[in-house]
Amino acid sequence: MTTSIPVPSGASSAPKVNNLGLAKKDYDGVASTLCNGCGHDAITAALIQALWEDGMNPYKVAKMSGIGCSSKTTAYFLSKAWGFNAVHGRMPSVATGALLANRTLIGVGVSGDGDTASIGIGQFVHAVRRNVPLTYVVENNGVYGLTKGQFSATSEKGAKSKYGDVNPSEGIDLCSLALELGATFVARSFSADKKQLVPLLKAALKHRGIAIVDVISPCVTFNNHPDSTKSYDWGREHEKQIHEIGYVNPWDPQDVDYPAGERIEVAMPDGGRILVRKIDRDYDPRDRRAADRLLADAREKGEFLTGLFYVSADTPNLLDMLSLPETPLAYLQQADLRPGREALDEVMESFR
Amino acid sequence: MTPPSAVETASPGAQTAMVVNDFTILVATVNGTGSQTSNNTLIRTIMGMGVPVAGRNIFPSNIYGLPTWYAIRVCQDGWSGRQRKANVLIAMNLATAHDDVAKAAAGAAVIYDQPMGLDTLRKDLVYYPVPFAKLVKEACPDKPALWKLVTNMVYVGVAAQLLGLDMTSVEAALAKAFGSKPKALSVNQAAVRVGAKWAAENLKKRDPYRVEPRNLTSGKILIDGNSASALGALMAGCTVLTWYPITPSSSLAESLQDYFTKYRRTASGEQRYAVVQAEDELAAVGMAIGAGWAGARSMTTTSGPGISLMSEFIGLAYYAEIPVVIIDVQRVGPSTGLPTRTMQGDLLFTAYNSHGDTKHPLLFPTSAQEAYEMTMVAFDIAERFQTPTFLMLDLELGMNNWLCDPFPYPVGDIDRGKVLTKADIERLGANGWGRYKDVDGDGIPYRTLPGTEIDGAAYFTRGTGHDEQARYTEDSAAYKRNLDRLLKKWETLRNAVPGPVLSPAKSPTRVGLVALGTTHWPIEEARATLRGKGVEFDYMRLRAFPFADAVRDFFASHDRVYVIEENRDGQMAAMLRIEIPETSDKIKSVLHYDGLPLDAETVVEEILAHETR
Repeated sequence: MTTSIPVPSGASSAPKVNNLGLAKKDYDGVASTLCNGCGHDAITAALIQALWEDGMNPYKVAKMSGIGCSSKTTAYFLSKAWGFNAVHGRMPSVATGALLANRTLIGVGVSGDGDTASIGIGQFVHAVRRNVPLTYVVENNGVYGLTKGQFSATSEKGAKSKYGDVNPSEGIDLCSLALELGATFVARSFSADKKQLVPLLKAALKHRGIAIVDVISPCVTFNNHPDSTKSYDWGREHEKQIHEIGYVNPWDPQDVDYPAGERIEVAMPDGGRILVRKIDRDYDPRDRRAADRLLADAREKGEFLTGLFYVSADTPNLLDMLSLPETPLAYLQQADLRPGREALDEVMESFR
Repeated sequence: MTPPSAVETASPGAQTAMVVNDFTILVATVNGTGSQTSNNTLIRTIMGMGVPVAGRNIFPSNIYGLPTWYAIRVCQDGWSGRQRKANVLIAMNLATAHDDVAKAAAGAAVIYDQPMGLDTLRKDLVYYPVPFAKLVKEACPDKPALWKLVTNMVYVGVAAQLLGLDMTSVEAALAKAFGSKPKALSVNQAAVRVGAKWAAENLKKRDPYRVEPRNLTSGKILIDGNSASALGALMAGCTVLTWYPITPSSSLAESLQDYFTKYRRTASGEQRYAVVQAEDELAAVGMAIGAGWAGARSMTTTSGPGISLMSEFIGLAYYAEIPVVIIDVQRVGPSTGLPTRTMQGDLLFTAYNSHGDTKHPLLFPTSAQEAYEMTMVAFDIAERFQTPTFLMLDLELGMNNWLCDPFPYPVGDIDRGKVLTKADIERLGANGWGRYKDVDGDGIPYRTLPGTEIDGAAYFTRGTGHDEQARYTEDSAAYKRNLDRLLKKWETLRNAVPGPVLSPAKSPTRVGLVALGTTHWPIEEARATLRGKGVEFDYMRLRAFPFADAVRDFFASHDRVYVIEENRDGQMAAMLRIEIPETSDKIKSVLHYDGLPLDAETVVEEILAHETR
């Protein structure tokens, strides 16, 4: 994580307001009550930055979460938006329902490794399968924070807890799993790598299907010890970016030139573009098989790779497949919904 | 209704007194052999002759090869409850034939497959052996693959001949079943004709059971409760259905999906509904709750095991105050229980479902029409009171066919409850409202819908402790205030749900009967029988929980009240004792819990046993 891609996403000369005329503080939430230095707070800050730079309509964002430290964070950004802190591991279903009711909502789900990889893995799996239009951020620290330090299902086999216990079970790699399930956007990042995390989140927010963003996010209280593989030190030493990434919105000034052949552009449906620049390997995030190989190799070697593993920008999402009307279902009126007398007569006749 | 007049005078020339239009036909077959179409043909034929009928499936939790029964109650007086014993047995399944014969009513007619040789089992029955194997070959000589299916249509022909069914009515029923498939229609017509012709030529009528045309079903429909409820959901403006398949509720979701496809799809292909078959019941109710939160009329359908899985979410919806309709088509528990049998077994569990202090409105439809109407009521209650609302069907109502008048078109408008719009927030100011504030003194707060584009409209929904402004709090006073307001909301609800239906005796009695749901039908029949014996009781049919004031009044004006229900533990009696403690000493439970629907005879016996003790 040395070079950064020079995209004009507010990094160089930050505008005071975004394309909607809103200041960044308009995307703020209430003060965090997490531990000082918690990785999750850095993710919240990155989310605020990304939502603001992407010009997301604050009123349309539905902040969905489950239970746990990570799930509390939806209160810490965007107070103008509705938040829903549901039950443990069930954020995806509640988010799915909300989006069915109102297709104009922008689904932003925040979950943790316990919430997603343990109790909620079923809902994670099926939300991915259905390609629910949801930015799904997993704040992954390998432990249960609120219940004080038990291993979670993303902890590697052999990982040592703060108290010296050894994790006896295999860890779940959510990105590999998501790919296997047909996810249309799969990325991993590190909460301390804001330069990568912000553009990844911006791209995820503009993705029209499910966007899985697995963010390694150290727990300063229970999983930041020297033996941990989810600590700040470990992450800083081991993070290997597979590419540099940027996100350019249609209204952003034209980006700088990259030498041809070093850059891959992925066009997003709203006219935005994901820019990917090669670091030390040729990797095309539109190639699912390449993503499979990359993650399988990384797992074998115990590598901590970050970046955009896979994106398919034009796969229809759940709502596309339901042929929903322009007006959200929630706003349809009795006259739109209750069939006339002749319809009832017809049904009655079928039972004669 | 008048008491049934079982035996009519003998028709001219008959040897014995005929029993006309008042008996039960039981068809015993192997499941998966297509007998359902044959049984539907029988029931529709009788209905077509103007004689009231009720059809009951007693089926296994299995796809092929296990015993299944279909009971058709023919009753010109309109009683539709189950009868314990069959008067006409059509025995097509060797595996159960001996037992079926043993259980038949004295004097029953037994139509059976000849090789079974049942005629030596009992001396008090009238036997009609039929060579089905030979007849089916005659009916469709060149299609051996169809023989198994078509055999069932041969028994329709035999029964038609013996019972005096009108062949025009049979043809009409067949046309309804196979109208769009001319080939299937002609094969089945042939089978019926072969059966009828053979019976006419070879069987001498020796039993008393006979159907004679009446004019009692004109304009009526024959509908299952699940379809009726689905139709109610369509009319109520339900837009989101998220569900997980489970017997006996699946057909409700599937019917609703059919109605949606037919009546909510515009010419341009736009679909004014969303249906998602979820991965499990947790996700099904989670989606419905998410949709209710975002402002759609949403529902899920399930049965007891599904409610068990949904419990955590139900508590969330109660506490965070989110509208959602949950339809529980009850089956027999505990655990997987008897998945294809009926029970009122989820009453207590749904009423107080989820951890902490929770209670939920339950509606108890007794008929297909009430299933239709109460589904609409459920949506209004859910949105008006912002709370999970249960429609308590059971397998008996949901999956069986009920004869009733066509449903009326809904009167009045749907009630979307207290929702503040952008204009409301503009008027009130960003700090002028609180999500959990009791502004109107009825305990019901106001809500906004996600996406309302104005500052101050948004709030944070959580299952953790919250104050009037929906902020997180662990403050004892704020917690208690909120819980007390929820109780106030419950009190408002008490007299907003459908009240009980009172059916007094000719003169007031000190002894009363209380029931709910489908047991109403055998109870009314039992009351008629008891009236014939000079015993009369006031009767109150509960239609909802919480209990309206009229329920308390009924107990106050009676010394002894029989609470009749289909479960072992007296769940409704327990709810009455919890909610109206002074009922405790007055309640006597009459409990029926063998998985079969309650029958009138049982009610009569139980009540008389207690009252004449």
